[in-house]
Amino acid sequence: MRRRWSWFQFALVTSFTALAAFMSLPILFIVNHAFKPQNELFLFPPQFLVQNPTLRNFELLFLHASNATVPFTRYLFNSVLVAALALAGVILVSTMAAYALGKYRFHFKGFILSLITLSLMFAPETVGIPRYLIISGLGMNDTYFGHLLPLLASPVAVFLLIGFVSQIPDELLEAAKIDGASHLTIFSRIVIPLSAPAIATISILTFQTVWGDIETSTLFMQEETMRTLAFYVNSLLSGLQNSVAGQNMAAAAGLLMFLPNLIIFLIFQKRVLETMVHSGIK
Amino acid sequence: MNAGLATHRTTTSRGARVRRKTTLFIRQLRRDLFCYLFLAPFLICFLAFIIIPVFMAALLGFTSYDGFSGLRFIGIDNYIALFTQDIIFLTKAIPNTVFFALLVGPGGYLLAFAFAWLIHQLPLRIRDYYTLAFYAPSMAGGVALSVVWIAAFSGDRVGYVNNFLLSMGWIESPVIWLQDPKHLMNIMILVSLWISFSVGFLAMLAGLQTVNKELYEAGRIDGISSRLQEVFYITLPSMKPQMLFSAVMSIVGTLKAGSISVQLTGMPISPSYSGHLIINHIDDYAFIRFELGYASAVSVVLLLLSYFAMRFAYRLFGEKEETRA
Repeated sequence: MRRRWSWFQFALVTSFTALAAFMSLPILFIVNHAFKPQNELFLFPPQFLVQNPTLRNFELLFLHASNATVPFTRYLFNSVLVAALALAGVILVSTMAAYALGKYRFHFKGFILSLITLSLMFAPETVGIPRYLIISGLGMNDTYFGHLLPLLASPVAVFLLIGFVSQIPDELLEAAKIDGASHLTIFSRIVIPLSAPAIATISILTFQTVWGDIETSTLFMQEETMRTLAFYVNSLLSGLQNSVAGQNMAAAAGLLMFLPNLIIFLIFQKRVLETMVHSGIK
Repeated sequence: MNAGLATHRTTTSRGARVRRKTTLFIRQLRRDLFCYLFLAPFLICFLAFIIIPVFMAALLGFTSYDGFSGLRFIGIDNYIALFTQDIIFLTKAIPNTVFFALLVGPGGYLLAFAFAWLIHQLPLRIRDYYTLAFYAPSMAGGVALSVVWIAAFSGDRVGYVNNFLLSMGWIESPVIWLQDPKHLMNIMILVSLWISFSVGFLAMLAGLQTVNKELYEAGRIDGISSRLQEVFYITLPSMKPQMLFSAVMSIVGTLKAGSISVQLTGMPISPSYSGHLIINHIDDYAFIRFELGYASAVSVVLLLLSYFAMRFAYRLFGEKEETRA
């Protein structure tokens, strides 16, 4: 059901657009910044719009990247592979956990739930050393498992999904069970489709975390060929921080790292809005 | 779905009772086996990469450790020192964090809900663009902070705010916004509110989608006249899990905040500790003074603090069944 346009919506849209424009300044800046020639990069206060757009920044970045010992495409391949696997893994693992925690009662459930809640405060950077010990104890240094497995434990995703899964009516699951559906069928045919908005939301979140993550590359990967794009860009930038030429590359790299986030956000956020609009289940 | 019901029986023999309870327990475990199987992949990673490392780090709180020489076990001395001698912690970090969290937590939460709801009122086609605009500061991260706010509050006369105030004649000389202890906290709060449209905001938007549209029709028939009533009687009760989620996320977000003062001032410790939060205190001891044992003790205190704040959020939004279970 869609409401007709009213004066309320009209006033809302106008004032809203102004505020939204202000909120989206960072995106505007990142995009414009990447195309600025050197003399514009150093203006203060920064200019949001580029005056004389140029592709020089990207040229410099690729020139620099082609001189590196490990080809640029290798970092890109690692990043894409890890991001894709982590996304699929987090969705599957978290939804499964949320299905059990959100719909059934069993021993230790309360304990597990409170551990999950508490671990939302968890910040990976504070426990770098113990994590390193565990990864190397399991012999996962320099493997893709070292990238993936720490990311699979995502209490935020599970916590969000529990909320959505618990809203699926019990009657629906009971009906499916009476019709002879196994837990796997219920899970794949009912739970996953009905929690699609939450899955889309955690996908956005997970992709952002994985794509920008440098911790696993820094701590668990000793071989350069196993490291990700985020790590490469980060080390490139920190090495060039004080040089004037570095700012050009930093601007271009900033855009390149930001674009995938933006694309994933647009794709998945659309899913959030589309899936639930026509289904009146609850 | 009615698993886990403990049966209480009075038996004369204690051994028999224990045995019966054990067999019942094992039978229940076996009946719920699929639950554990569904949980297993998550739980294994969760234990290995979060719980055990955190536990190991928490143990450090009982030691004196500088990262180089050996560990020295000192019992609860760190905690005693923290609550009796650490003046900065007691007079700056705690009050600052409480003040900051009380304003930014509920403030950002209400803002996120208000704007999620407003966006939800928009026609479907353009909703995405508004969502993107509001989510942009969280997505862009540190870049956003430095280009918008540092430039705005720059202490010289070209900073946007100073420039505006000077040209209007409201101030006579530029205000050093970010280095002045009087202003820093307020600016930190303003900036944090600006980036508070993060994952909780997205969850609320998704939650709004799941509210059954027929409820609104039913509500109108039952005499709901204004949109405000709709929000309170239909929207909010229908999206309790999402409200709980974002409440917890905003508690976590505000208590974990600490990088804002660092990014705004460019210094690890803010001028005369005016923006000093508990996280800054932890970073100070861990990465500047290398007293890792003491820093762990402070982290444990912060963790407990956040746990109690979350219990409070559960009281507000938790489902009735969950509190009983």
